[in-house]
Amino acid sequence: MEWLRMEQWSPYAVGIGIGVLSWITFLLSDKPIGCSTAFARTSGMIERLFRGTRVTEKAYYKKFAPEIDWEWMLVLGIFFGAFLSSKFSGQFQFVWVPARWDEAFGNTPVLRWGIALAGGMVMGIGARWAGGCTSGHGISGTLQLAVSSWLAAICFFIGGIATASLIF
Amino acid sequence: MLKTIHDKKNVQLGIGFGVGILFGFLLQKGGVTKYDVIIGQLLLTDFTVVKIMFSAVVTGMIGVYLLRALGLAQLHPKPGSFGSSMVGGLIFGIGFGLLGYCPGTLAGAIGQGSLDALLGGLIGILIGAGLFSEFFPKLDRSILNRGHFGEMTLPQWFKVSPWKVILPAAIGIIALLYLIETSGR
Repeated sequence: MEWLRMEQWSPYAVGIGIGVLSWITFLLSDKPIGCSTAFARTSGMIERLFRGTRVTEKAYYKKFAPEIDWEWMLVLGIFFGAFLSSKFSGQFQFVWVPARWDEAFGNTPVLRWGIALAGGMVMGIGARWAGGCTSGHGISGTLQLAVSSWLAAICFFIGGIATASLIF
Repeated sequence: MLKTIHDKKNVQLGIGFGVGILFGFLLQKGGVTKYDVIIGQLLLTDFTVVKIMFSAVVTGMIGVYLLRALGLAQLHPKPGSFGSSMVGGLIFGIGFGLLGYCPGTLAGAIGQGSLDALLGGLIGILIGAGLFSEFFPKLDRSILNRGHFGEMTLPQWFKVSPWKVILPAAIGIIALLYLIETSGR
């Protein structure tokens, strides 16, 4: 089981593995892999804690009810899977500032925190605006040859490359 | 047989969780739960993200269309429009460049101990998704349906059999990966 302890696998092996997982989800769950609606549902669940059940009357939450569903469990699974992988390889570590960021902007956690928070907000809006993220559109949608997903995925990278090039 | 599995709610939640664990394990082993790897891709110095995505797409595309041909799976292409897919995609991209994780790899980054993902990215995405739900009715009326083309797939658009798209797409993607590999990135 030495391979479970390896720090990194070939990206092609990982990609093929993810492709096979997509077969499994289409077969056993009749669903493509996706992640971003789980965040929208969680946001609705949190809003419901403060504002009560009238939150479920909002047009958006009628489409995506604030409840735990298949995709929500999938995202929870990602957390545990990555935790196990990093524990097995000994890479698990609490890190505030990633190395590449530190090199360019220094190791002040608050700056990295602020940009990550802002980036998260913009991404949260964009993912729901586009109706999917790098998983739902970028992998699952493109593999189904959906026009919406190829367009969205290309735009994810145009926006991402432009932004990263501007800040670095 | 498959339909009965699809209808069992608790079984489905379990399958979602199990697939998620494997997905997260693969993402972490692939290195794409790391900020440095994702930013390396966006700065075009490290092509790990593209290598993983493209090999997943080729594998998934062939397998899922085969399952469909055998009557074992149905496609679920997302509907799209220029107002949602393109504008939303560009907004997502700006967030992607700032955050350095996407929603799925963010969950994996939290699992490996990245605190910027937990306390910055996660809270940000939840706020962003909440804001979107607030403005959704307005956006839905104004921009989201501009240039609507629906749940169209490329074979439907070109009016050809899926395999006439899958085969050239697979060859094109593999050729592109070969070029990336020979350029040393």
